[in-house]
Amino acid sequence: MTSGDFAPGASVRVRDDWPETRGPVHIRTPHYVRGKPGRVVRRLGEYPNPEDLAFARPAPRVPLYHVAFDPAAIWPDAKGGDELLIEIYAHWLEASP
Amino acid sequence: MTTILETDGERLLVAVRALLADKGIASMAEIAERIAITDRASPAQGARMVARAWTDPEYRALMLQDGARAAEAMGVPMRGAPPLGVLENTEAVHNLVVCTLCSCYPRAVLGYPPFWFKSAAYRARAVRDPRGLLAEWGTVLPETMKVRIVDSTADYRWMVLPRRPEGTDGWSAEQLAAIVREGDMIGVTVPTA
Amino acid sequence: MCDAVDTEPHALTEFDKEVDAIRQILGMKGVMTVDELRRGIEAIPEADYLRLSYYRRWIRSITATLIRKGVISEDELRAALEAS
Repeated sequence: MTSGDFAPGASVRVRDDWPETRGPVHIRTPHYVRGKPGRVVRRLGEYPNPEDLAFARPAPRVPLYHVAFDPAAIWPDAKGGDELLIEIYAHWLEASP
Repeated sequence: MTTILETDGERLLVAVRALLADKGIASMAEIAERIAITDRASPAQGARMVARAWTDPEYRALMLQDGARAAEAMGVPMRGAPPLGVLENTEAVHNLVVCTLCSCYPRAVLGYPPFWFKSAAYRARAVRDPRGLLAEWGTVLPETMKVRIVDSTADYRWMVLPRRPEGTDGWSAEQLAAIVREGDMIGVTVPTA
Repeated sequence: MCDAVDTEPHALTEFDKEVDAIRQILGMKGVMTVDELRRGIEAIPEADYLRLSYYRRWIRSITATLIRKGVISEDELRAALEAS
């Protein structure tokens, strides 16, 4: 787990984690960005963790970030210069050197 | 439990509706009222916001900063709705909204999501082949323009503020609103005069 | 999945709108969250998921969630299905 505090422009990486292989879960982090590098665009606020809400558990609020990705870093045949912009919760992000 | 859940959806609805009414959770009247309220939201609301943004720089700034407040300023009820973000198309960037995980859609300002937005083909291809997808709507963008695909995965809802088309100088806000379509505000099409 | 997109408009049916409205009411009254709806849809076996329409997935997820949370019982549902 990271502290979950990222400034706009910060280099991050989405955790390469696959909880769905370990049991029933509900995850809002698309599989195609797991383990991929991105750049924080802005913080979008704090929201109850949907991974808990989905199971009617108490849901602590977690920071949510808008993170930009290069599609060509995800799919080799993607067109250079385009961009993917995705909402990712802080606990799915790690600082990337 | 699996077997009973395989009952046809129409029959499940009738049975669940009766149980919810018996238990005082949702009456037929409440359901009818909720349908009526939901039916009131339509792309015409988003179109009025876009038209005002094209004619009123202060409103445009508010819309880009806080979509929900901009919607409320046009009389759109936003209480209980998720936060609304507005993505501005420019000469350099074209925005395309998708929800690959389900079908998150800015319902408060555009109404029910259209069939295509919920389809597996749209959800898969918007991220994987955005320009090929856009071509199916006849939308062809310059090679030099950046396509920004916005995967709506979480608590925000996103709508696109399209560019005002050429040939609309002097048009009223009403005239402008009339040319803004649902797809323009998701990014599959662009408005034309 | 990577087929052409069906860009034609499809009007919602009365069934679709009722399921949508019930989901909204259950959310507003704190009976179940939209996250529980999504989790329930994701739990539908793949063959059924692919066969069912959008709102048929919803009513199945809603029903499963209400039973799991004890809002309705399986016996009550069975009786209501027989009565209808």
